[in-house]
Amino acid sequence: MEDVQPQSEVSATSTRRRFHIGAIYGLMTAISAALGLPALAYLLVPGKARKKQDWIEVGDITRLTLNVPVELAFRRNRVDGWKTLSEKSTAWVVKTSDTQVTAFGPQCTHLGCAYHWEQEGNHFLCPCHTSVFSIDGKVEAGPAPRPLDRYDTKIDGTRLLLGKLRVATEPSAGLRRPCDGAQRS
Amino acid sequence: MRRHWEGLNNWLDHRTGLPAAIRHFLYEDVPASAGWHQVFGSVALFLILVQFFTGIMLAFNYAPTPGEAYNSLRYILTEVTAGRLMRGLHHWGASMIIVVVVLHMVQVFLWGAYKKPREATWMVGVVLLLLTLAYGLTGYLLPWDNRAYWGTVVTTQIAAMAPGLGQYASRLLGGDGAVGVVTFARFYALHVLLLPPATLLLIGFHVYLVRKHGVAPAPSDAGRPKKKFYPEQVFKDTIGIFAAFAILFVLAIAVRVPLEQLADPTDTSYIPRPEWYFLFLFQTLKLFEGPLEVVGAVVLPGLAVLTLLLVPFLDRGQVLRVTKRTTAIAIVLFGAIGWAGLTTAAVVTTPKEARTVEVDYSAPTDWMQLTPEETTAVAYFRQADCDSCHGINGKGGSSASDFAKVPVRKDAAWVASHVQRSSKLNAAQVGIVAGFVGKLNERSISALENAPEFAAQGAVIYQANHCSTCHTVNGVGMKVGPVLNGLAKRQSRSWVIGHFIDAQKLAPGTIMPTYKLPVKDLDTLTTYLFSLPENGQ
Repeated sequence: MEDVQPQSEVSATSTRRRFHIGAIYGLMTAISAALGLPALAYLLVPGKARKKQDWIEVGDITRLTLNVPVELAFRRNRVDGWKTLSEKSTAWVVKTSDTQVTAFGPQCTHLGCAYHWEQEGNHFLCPCHTSVFSIDGKVEAGPAPRPLDRYDTKIDGTRLLLGKLRVATEPSAGLRRPCDGAQRS
Repeated sequence: MRRHWEGLNNWLDHRTGLPAAIRHFLYEDVPASAGWHQVFGSVALFLILVQFFTGIMLAFNYAPTPGEAYNSLRYILTEVTAGRLMRGLHHWGASMIIVVVVLHMVQVFLWGAYKKPREATWMVGVVLLLLTLAYGLTGYLLPWDNRAYWGTVVTTQIAAMAPGLGQYASRLLGGDGAVGVVTFARFYALHVLLLPPATLLLIGFHVYLVRKHGVAPAPSDAGRPKKKFYPEQVFKDTIGIFAAFAILFVLAIAVRVPLEQLADPTDTSYIPRPEWYFLFLFQTLKLFEGPLEVVGAVVLPGLAVLTLLLVPFLDRGQVLRVTKRTTAIAIVLFGAIGWAGLTTAAVVTTPKEARTVEVDYSAPTDWMQLTPEETTAVAYFRQADCDSCHGINGKGGSSASDFAKVPVRKDAAWVASHVQRSSKLNAAQVGIVAGFVGKLNERSISALENAPEFAAQGAVIYQANHCSTCHTVNGVGMKVGPVLNGLAKRQSRSWVIGHFIDAQKLAPGTIMPTYKLPVKDLDTLTTYLFSLPENGQ
């Protein structure tokens, strides 16, 4: 370009310049989006969990006494990233009828202490802050904010199978049907 | 609005001086001859930044130990959202950097842009090329599959050949020719801790030198006014960057990067091959044998690097028009032909891997654990086009329930009559499919989705010939004959096929009958058997 430019060339130059700058910003934005959006998905969108929690056999229901909670221990596999860990876990199991069983997660819903069954008081008692739960898991006293968590249960013949541990969402949730959320088989 | 923007700009300028620095950087003068041929440097820098980005992303889900590297990479590929894309970008980005860096060097070489006073810029560039190759070498090991492991075994043994320094090099790389946990840790440390900052420093120095001396002018620039770097040259660079990125993105999506079987140091039949850009070196190595091997492995590459470094001192004449630099053009052509020839020779002489089966370990491989009967159910399921209505995980039809999402609630008799009514399968096949569908679990759903056709058809042949009356696969069958899991480890493919055709010839006295199946069936059956996991469950 010469130093002295006719008016039309000046405007042609500035149009050209605007086009260049527009293209630079446009293409760089496109590249950033093409890298950034998948990266966000990579970090934030949970992947497909290939191995769902299996049903775990924990015992024979004929050995349980009606309305007497017992703590059953079992091992379950937990998927942690690329690893599957085998962990020991327990459940407080109550047989409510010959075909119905309720299984509670072993931790108090207040701060996660291990609670136990008090036969004389006919309730579950947490030793940490004296939360008390009835045999159907409802809060009777103490600071616990919600009923005991429950495992999905399934009865296959006389074998008791436990599934996922579910948090009771409603603070006032009462006794659900013991086989709620479970498949009949 | 504009006033606010200028105010903010002034404030920043006062406090940090950054806007002024950026302006200074962008409004640099470049010679009138600057243009499209100078975009490669910017493209290389951009690709390095993409590698940093995708590398960090991968590191978020990668466990850098031989025990877990493979599993965590498989996890990235099969389970993490966009994980396959991230790995694809990182893998293909590495190859593209090599291409672009070499193009950048060829351009500088052809134009003679390394001449006084730009010798140091060139030499730093050569070191950056070596660092780029070092990334490739160290990154190659990190997936810890067979390809990675055996490729690195060769590399470390070449390093050990260096006269005098060999033993130290080999010790630095973590073992006397052996590749294990120490080598892995060192390669990882080099790849993510040492190389990135070294690259950044040298790129900084390289760019600083380019700015100090200015972009090299051509003879035609004499008397012509200079141009500004921004926006015209930046625009050309951006187009180059965008084109490179588009190619990279398409490669990452369209070309599946293989993940082979977990590294197996006892696998003596694996034929290691280096990454494509090292193939010419590998072929050079083969030209020298015995005591001369060190020449191909160390001396020649060493001399080549030295020559490359000294180029500015070997060619010290006046800067000429690029079209008049016939010697430089001849050298580049000669180099390109030599490189292409050696690479082609290496590709052509690569033996077809007869033993291994092309199994894609980066996809779920649950199908390997199924019994032969279950695997035949997959074949019949597909044969009867069940998936034209019952899609699996959204693939296939959607007019009936997707088994991956909705569990089968009907009883066995209902399923059997449903299969009977909706397909042309015979009674036995209906029974197998109904039995399979009645007890679907995660593993068998994954198999329906992912089992390769050779496995499905191989299992059909296996069942049709009643192989399980003597053999066991994945824990099912009799043990009159040997268990067939791990067969690939014990016998070659040709042996197995020969054994089907005439067992007595290969194993006199065996009770194995003769199976005169069509060659294609024998092949499929063998491929299926070879793909079975060593320890069937």
